[in-house]
Amino acid sequence: MASPSPKSPGQISDKSKKYDRQLRLWGDHGQTALESANVCLINATATGTEILKSLVLPGIGSFTIVDGALVSGEDAGNNFFLDHSKIGKPRAHVATQLLKELNSDVKGDYIEETCDQLLSNNPDFFCSFSVVIATGLTEKSLHSLSSNLWHNNVPLVVSVSYGFIGSIRLQVSEHCIIESHPDNLLEDLRLDKPFPGLKEFMDSIKLSEMNHKQFSHTPYLVLLYKALEIWNERHGPNPPLNYKEKEIFKNIIKNELGYGIAKEEDSNTGDEENVAEAIKAVNTALTKTQVPSNVQKILNDDQCIQLKEKNSFWIIARAVKEFVEKEGNGVLPLRGSLPDMTSDSQRYIALQNVYREQASKDAEHVWRHVQTILKERGWAGESVIENDVKLFCKHSSELRMIRGSCLAEELDGKQLPADVDINQQLEEPDSPWLHYLLLRAVNKFHTENGSYPGYYDDNVETDISKLKGCFSRLLNDLGCQGGSLSKDDNLHEMCRYGAAELHAVAAFIGGCAAQEVIKLITKQYVPLDNTFIFNSVTTTTATLRL
Amino acid sequence: MSTTNWNGRWFHLRKVLERGGPLAHPDFQASNETLDFLLENCKVLVVGAGGLGCELLKNLALMGFRQIHVIDMDTIDVSNLNRQFLFRHSDVGKPKAKVAANFINERIPLANVTPYYAKIQDYDQDFYAGFHVVVCGLDSIIARRWINGMLISLLTYEDGELDPSSVIPLVDGGTEGFKGNVRVILPGMNACIECTLDLFPPQINFPLCTIAHTPRLPEHCIEYARLLQWPKENPFGEEIPIDGDDPNHISWIYEKALQRANEYGILGVTYRLAQGVVKHIIPAVASTNAVVAAACALEVFKLASSCAPKLDNYMVFNDTDGIYTYTYAAERNESCVACSQIPKDLVFDENVRLSEVMEHLSTTYQMKSPGVTTTDQQGRNRTLYLPNVSSIEERTRPNLKKTLKELGLKDGAQLIVADVTSPNSIEFHLKLHASMDT
Ligand SMILES: [Zn+2]
Repeated sequence: MASPSPKSPGQISDKSKKYDRQLRLWGDHGQTALESANVCLINATATGTEILKSLVLPGIGSFTIVDGALVSGEDAGNNFFLDHSKIGKPRAHVATQLLKELNSDVKGDYIEETCDQLLSNNPDFFCSFSVVIATGLTEKSLHSLSSNLWHNNVPLVVSVSYGFIGSIRLQVSEHCIIESHPDNLLEDLRLDKPFPGLKEFMDSIKLSEMNHKQFSHTPYLVLLYKALEIWNERHGPNPPLNYKEKEIFKNIIKNELGYGIAKEEDSNTGDEENVAEAIKAVNTALTKTQVPSNVQKILNDDQCIQLKEKNSFWIIARAVKEFVEKEGNGVLPLRGSLPDMTSDSQRYIALQNVYREQASKDAEHVWRHVQTILKERGWAGESVIENDVKLFCKHSSELRMIRGSCLAEELDGKQLPADVDINQQLEEPDSPWLHYLLLRAVNKFHTENGSYPGYYDDNVETDISKLKGCFSRLLNDLGCQGGSLSKDDNLHEMCRYGAAELHAVAAFIGGCAAQEVIKLITKQYVPLDNTFIFNSVTTTTATLRL
Repeated sequence: MSTTNWNGRWFHLRKVLERGGPLAHPDFQASNETLDFLLENCKVLVVGAGGLGCELLKNLALMGFRQIHVIDMDTIDVSNLNRQFLFRHSDVGKPKAKVAANFINERIPLANVTPYYAKIQDYDQDFYAGFHVVVCGLDSIIARRWINGMLISLLTYEDGELDPSSVIPLVDGGTEGFKGNVRVILPGMNACIECTLDLFPPQINFPLCTIAHTPRLPEHCIEYARLLQWPKENPFGEEIPIDGDDPNHISWIYEKALQRANEYGILGVTYRLAQGVVKHIIPAVASTNAVVAAACALEVFKLASSCAPKLDNYMVFNDTDGIYTYTYAAERNESCVACSQIPKDLVFDENVRLSEVMEHLSTTYQMKSPGVTTTDQQGRNRTLYLPNVSSIEERTRPNLKKTLKELGLKDGAQLIVADVTSPNSIEFHLKLHASMDT
């Protein structure tokens, strides 16, 4: 999975220069995944081409545009990749040409057919894509596409820009992430459960035999460990938990550890940098080592327990589960990294090696479990490679899994998620649920009338009352009888939009949706789960789970 | 059908500009005049033609703006091509502003993008006063602060009341990896860049003693090669500074760092990391630029047309875990050094040395290399310290060690401070008190 990054300038290709700024986000292995992916865009609308733009630039393997329409004057007015000189020409072809100009590494193809035609003539067409992106579809077409992709297990990203409102719906049956790159990851230090190598290292260090220079260059982890020994002797096996206990603990660090060490000129024992770092780390470094709930959920999942499919993620997850239950004594494989801290080089690096070696031992155990699992089930040994196991172990505390829902079922659905109080949502003009329902209502309007409300200048006023009807029928369909809006303001605003696709809204949704596609492809970072609403009147966004 | 104003061209924009709505901004008058104003009169300045700038030019041109000006002092580098979509491989080395402007003018009929291949500091108040809106897509905090200071310097007050017609809105976007922010500044009316300086994280520098004596991280080894070995060995000739874009220079640093890392058993020195540390590289990706620039363009559109309420006044974006945004009203700093009308006092003991005053200016006001002058009772200017001109620096350096009393500064004296972070000098009043411990 992880390919080595370039080591010397001779090896630096033009490609890695071009992609340097993004390689720092998803690494060479993320880039390889991106370059092997092929995506399909249905309809080269402004939103659609903006999504492809942010996929072609970072170097997606290939794209295919499916679009049966011709370039209209309206298209040329809001779409950067549909040139006015091509009005009347096939949209799929024109957009493909202009998008391919962005990056010579990317292959582009197009099909001048509608999504409906493809679905009826060639229902397996979409199976070969990594992700399908849909824009500008009616509810009926979306329904067919969603069922098709759900059954073929191809992720679908539906994007809409409607006036000042935008939305993204992600349909993926299961998505597992090893490298979720959390912003705030707790260090994995194991001070509460020191493994033998760590204990041995710590016991070999005698603070009382040090001079002041040695003391002040001792990694703060050692200070915490030693203070914890004193604490446990006096207060029992639990680490300091509340504020008062932590204050007592900090006093041990500050006043007792360096006691008796002759100080240097101009300094006081207790004021050293490493002592300050140790005191600062009391709140985070002493937390109990345990399996985080997001990971526990994965280890307890049916997929992990039954293990019916030969899927690398679940095989390794199962092996980790067995590790936790056996060698790990209830904890995950060690991450094996250390935060930076004031120290002399020698002891810091020695301590770092202690963690690295244990991490490597833990991964070795997991690798053996993997091999047993494969053998028991008669699966080929090469189903899982050792580097994947190492990567998995290193990131085992940040694993994430998303189980999505089918859009077609949502559209057929007879109710909203149980935790949504729809009457309350209808009272709030900026509620994202309200905007979700409004977007559904304009689609219902289109199904019933063949055009979107307010599309024609002359009908704005009459469309408001028609849309009101659609809205209350939608609420009825969703089991919310008698629910209604106290004012028509939001319905009026939707009719004002008249299905306008403003370029800047399309560009915002396009950027967001493109990154969701990249997350699905690289299996790094965490995708949206599962409906995103952008309101550019209030410049706010929200995520709904449907 | 005209080749430049074809049927349906403004179909999408007309819906929101020519139709009123109960949720539109109260000042909004639906009419066809608004689109005409955008097309013919509204002058927008785009500062920066990089990742955000390219997107902004496209977005503005497709949102009905034509009188667009763009200023950027940079030329195109290969590493720009993963997101700066108006540039091709054959453009490497050419000025960003010019290539970007040409591209937009060719793709979008009647777009009139005027490029300036120049520094923002090359232009004066007359230039900046000519715009209806300024939108920044910069990676430099100093440049942002300078533009902010410039727009504040254009404000006029009558009897202490701000003349609203002197206010030029500033829309500012920034990105770092998957994170971004967008803000709308109405100079003199809401929080400005200086009001909220603490929103910018301070640059992390490794302590020199760690680099020299106790390296632990690969970064420490790279900094050792850059800060200590390079000036000593001058590998490419005397006085030749490190060029982060020269692969030979980076290779030299990489090799030296690797040697040092091996001596200490430190793992993880790579060419990519060496380049990242030397150039202070900030990761960047097309999608975040697209999102932030789109949100900025929407704000320019809302400000220019009033067809929807503007952002009040700050939005942060992060799509590492789902898609997260947070919108809030950043508060003004009532004693902001840039936008408040309150005289700024510097309160010091008369026995404090000038160097401590300089230190105060650097930490409290995050100035970079402030120069300080004062006026004596005869109204003559006297330079106390000026770091940027070496002859004057040498002459005024001894002042740093003198106390304010020794420099003859009296209570109420005026100190005029100039710095790269602002186009205009800032006036401070010295409040001196006699020493306590005499
Ligand atoms: Zn201010």
